Amino acid sequence: MSKDVTIKKGANIKLRGIADKLHTATFIPSEIVLKPSDFPTLKPKLAVKVGDKVKAGTALFFNKENENILFTSPVSGEVTEIIRGEKRKILEVKEKADAETQYESFKQADPSTLSKEEIIENLLKSGVWPFIRQRPYDVIANPSDSPKAIHITALDTNPLAPDYGFIAHGKDVIFQTGLNALIKLTSGKVHLNVNGNENADSVYASAKNVQINKISGPHPAGNVGVQIHHIDPVNKGEVVWTLKALDVLVIGKLFKEGKFDATRSVAFVGSKVKKPAYVKTILGANINVIIKDNVEEGGRYISGNPLTGTQISENGHLGFYDYQLTVLPEGGNNQFFGWIAPGFDKFSLSGTFFSKLMPNKEYDLNTNMNGEERNFVVTGEYEKVFPFDIYPVQLIKSILVDDIDAMENLGIYEVAPEDFALCEYACTSKTPAQHYVREGLNALKKEMA
Amino acid sequence: MKALDDIMQKLKPKADGKFPLAYTVWDGMYTFLFVPGHTNHKGVHIRDGIDLKRTMVMVIFALIPALLFGIYNVGHQHFLAIGDVVTGDHVCTLFWDKFIFGALKVLPIIIVSYGVGLGVEFIFAAFNKHAIQEGFLVSGMLIPLILPVDVPLWMVGVATVFAVVIGKEVFGGTGMNIVNVALTARAFLFFAYPTKMSGDAVWINTSLEEGQQLVDGFSGATPLAQAVKGGTESLNTMNASVMEAAIGFIPGSIGETSALAIGLGALLLLITGIASWRIMLSTFVGGYIMALLFNLWGANPFMELTPIHQLVLGGFAFGAVFMATDPVTGSQTNTGKYIYGFLIGVFAIIIRVFNPAYPEGVMLAILFMNIMAPLIDHYVVAANIKRRLKRVSVKA
Repeated sequence: MSKDVTIKKGANIKLRGIADKLHTATFIPSEIVLKPSDFPTLKPKLAVKVGDKVKAGTALFFNKENENILFTSPVSGEVTEIIRGEKRKILEVKEKADAETQYESFKQADPSTLSKEEIIENLLKSGVWPFIRQRPYDVIANPSDSPKAIHITALDTNPLAPDYGFIAHGKDVIFQTGLNALIKLTSGKVHLNVNGNENADSVYASAKNVQINKISGPHPAGNVGVQIHHIDPVNKGEVVWTLKALDVLVIGKLFKEGKFDATRSVAFVGSKVKKPAYVKTILGANINVIIKDNVEEGGRYISGNPLTGTQISENGHLGFYDYQLTVLPEGGNNQFFGWIAPGFDKFSLSGTFFSKLMPNKEYDLNTNMNGEERNFVVTGEYEKVFPFDIYPVQLIKSILVDDIDAMENLGIYEVAPEDFALCEYACTSKTPAQHYVREGLNALKKEMA
Repeated sequence: MKALDDIMQKLKPKADGKFPLAYTVWDGMYTFLFVPGHTNHKGVHIRDGIDLKRTMVMVIFALIPALLFGIYNVGHQHFLAIGDVVTGDHVCTLFWDKFIFGALKVLPIIIVSYGVGLGVEFIFAAFNKHAIQEGFLVSGMLIPLILPVDVPLWMVGVATVFAVVIGKEVFGGTGMNIVNVALTARAFLFFAYPTKMSGDAVWINTSLEEGQQLVDGFSGATPLAQAVKGGTESLNTMNASVMEAAIGFIPGSIGETSALAIGLGALLLLITGIASWRIMLSTFVGGYIMALLFNLWGANPFMELTPIHQLVLGGFAFGAVFMATDPVTGSQTNTGKYIYGFLIGVFAIIIRVFNPAYPEGVMLAILFMNIMAPLIDHYVVAANIKRRLKRVSVKA
């Protein structure tokens, strides 16, 4: 039994610099960084100190509130630096990578023969667990919960997003192994939500023992929150676990090969990239080896996509969940009478730019705000790109006034900051919607704890 | 433009200096000349090109046809009153004379409205230490367009101050006001100085120079006032048939007379998506249905006026296109917008027909629905909450 979902509200932002479907190179990083800030609400506690030798799969830090959730090293090497911020908050754990990776060994078995507890233990010990996230709150799943379903999104509709089908192509066995492990974790269904706009790659189409749902329509159709909402919504008191299809490969490899294999394909994209394509590297890798000789001056480096990604420096590192490295032109230039310019080069969801007449144009957008932050004035903008049966502006306002009851009623359990990314893009008043939603989720999590 | 940018940067006063107003004025000027190159740092890295300035400017563009027509019509009505132009000769004779005469009457009102309103805005912005918000760009143009041409300039100033301070700034400025700012100004004048805002003497400028005199039988009344007395028949005799009223060579507030010019503006607002088509459509539908119901009742000649005629007379079209669609004071939910607009249409016609003392029912209807809009939204949102709660119980 499957469900076909067509998303109507939304928009695809067509940017220049999408990746060619080929792998151009493999970059072995010299340096790896794991950032606790990649995991919202996490309170990290260190498990290593500077100078410690680690293997791939050795714990670097763990969750203070649930000490079973480990964050392990993606490579073998030596911990070189622990960067702390205000109040000694851990910002980065940095290590020098060996030329050849040594792996910690974990249980290697067919997950169909293992019990739920054994699977969870293996995932936790290897540091693969943090790939599994949950709704509500959009944080790392709690292993002691019993989720009513697990949703895996096999499409990414963000601007310049990697093609999950291309990356996973041919890895059918590993993918199915990962699915088999996940099936054991829930008494409900495992939903694999595949791209309905085109034929899904065989690796997804041939998946067994899961419910395959076809999702079509514009961004944010690829957001797992949107998919859950239309397939089987989360209500108060319920928990749903979510993953990206590419993360399932990591789980598959763990059970197939008994190791935490953090190598991944990353889409290296954006108008500032000379030859946008896919590259192979490792989670947390330093990007300076990747960008070398392949980018133009004056770019902003983003680990992730232009809507939800994190800004990093040219010596920065890939984030834990990111399969995309975007380089966009940095803005900062004042625009003379910009508010009245015809705007052939700006993409707008409103009809106030002449670019509206060119629906298939690819844009070279920079990081300018194109205005200043204002109070909410225009209405109906968020609703156009927010495919939930939820009132987005009312929800944000309830967060701003810190009204927990209203947040619950207005549907905060179903949303994640990324679901508001397109609203934030479209907002005339330049409201930082994702930031507010994250604050609301954090406040609610604290309240419920 | 680099040179201009450099000059502006050189002039930049300190934000926390002795004269906060100086900085506010500078900031207002600078952001008018340049969209500042702030970049995104948290959240999305790319942003839509639109900002509030562009939104507001689109509305001003949409008002230009009504403004130009209004200016011309002020002159036209004047020359018609003194007999220099014969009825029916809309454009052939004295074209530029009419336009210049109108401009000389209308531009001072616009200048006073903008000057006073922006002045108040600047002072509040400096006092509250925030940037100038763009809301008044539109209000400043709306206020002149909904006033009769003979309104004294000092009244425009007083009304603008009242509207900006009491209508908007006390609630927190642009985006926070409860009732439409421009209509607050008009309502203030309407109740404070009724003799200058209603009756037969204010709609047409009849200042006479030596040797001029009014034509025989000149009344100066608006078609609405006539319709109250004599219905369709009297409208036709005063050259305000449906067609003539739609084109707009009739007495009335400066910008409200031409449904045609307002329609051009409406087209721009709808194409750009700045105004809500839901509100606009439902307002006209509400007015149409209510007028139709009055037709069926038909207790007096005014009730028998055809619905289309009702919609092109007075400020109905202007209100529906430019006032009801104000996003801040209107309903914010899509469902709510239908209800909100529909009721504006209904109430506007009811007030107009039942209370001849207030021929301008649109203003009161919109102000009333501005107050009611949050209530409508409340019930729309409550229905949504209920629906999603039901989702749980259905399954259980």
